[in-house]
Amino acid sequence: MLAIDVVATMFLAAGAFFMITGTIGLLKFPDFYTRMHATGKCDTLGQILIIVGCMIYEGFTLITIKLLMVSAFYLLAGPAGGHALMKAAYVTGLPVWKKGDKRM
Amino acid sequence: MDMAVMERGNKTFSIILTFCIMFAFWMLLSAWTVYLVEPYDLFIVSSKGILAAIIVSFLTYEIFVPSRGENVILKLRRFIPYVGWELWQIYLATIDVAKRVYGILEVDPQIIEFDTTLRSDFALVTFGNSITLTPGTITIDIEPERGRYIVHAIAKGPADSLTVDQTMQKKVGHVFMEE
Repeated sequence: MLAIDVVATMFLAAGAFFMITGTIGLLKFPDFYTRMHATGKCDTLGQILIIVGCMIYEGFTLITIKLLMVSAFYLLAGPAGGHALMKAAYVTGLPVWKKGDKRM
Repeated sequence: MDMAVMERGNKTFSIILTFCIMFAFWMLLSAWTVYLVEPYDLFIVSSKGILAAIIVSFLTYEIFVPSRGENVILKLRRFIPYVGWELWQIYLATIDVAKRVYGILEVDPQIIEFDTTLRSDFALVTFGNSITLTPGTITIDIEPERGRYIVHAIAKGPADSLTVDQTMQKKVGHVFMEE
């Protein structure tokens, strides 16, 4: 039991680390498009690791399957949502930050 | 006349298939523990599920069972290893972005456009989502007629991996047989 707890905690900690990295990127990157890179990508791996941690903690029950489905639906919906935001920004003509420009 | 009969048979088959999958899904999610605890009101519990499954299958059978599809089994078999490769790419993508956040790699964004050989809806969506999940690139827009993609890349390296190497185009093209 203790070993399972340790492994699950390691997964949860790794997930939390990537989530925090995404947030730092959101604050640090220069414009909208690069911020979407930080949040979109770090969230994807972060949620996978956190849900895997929960699955290991729970053991093999029905809740494990439900958690797997939550993860799978996030993998489908996450990129689509990021794409919708990027398209909206691009179509309305938000300028793209180039290297050497001022921070937006 | 024959066509009409076949059409109707197809529709019935689609509805029944959707119903079976929806009801199995409903049992998986909501009815399993109830069966174990109270086996005597099986009918009362499952009737709600049957009702919900009937409504959903009449609403969504057209989307759920694709009317025209070739080599579906082979495509599905090729799709599963692709998902595994994609999970590995998600891991690499996050490490890549984390390095850029902590200042180990540089940030030099650019917008690139390129054409692909993909045409069907499912292939276009899969490739668009794959671009977003792989290191350093996000799909902005897709023009389905020409298979043209507009992509935002965070630096020159990720952009080159799409326009020069074209590993992922070939993989998706192989899965959906649209090379």
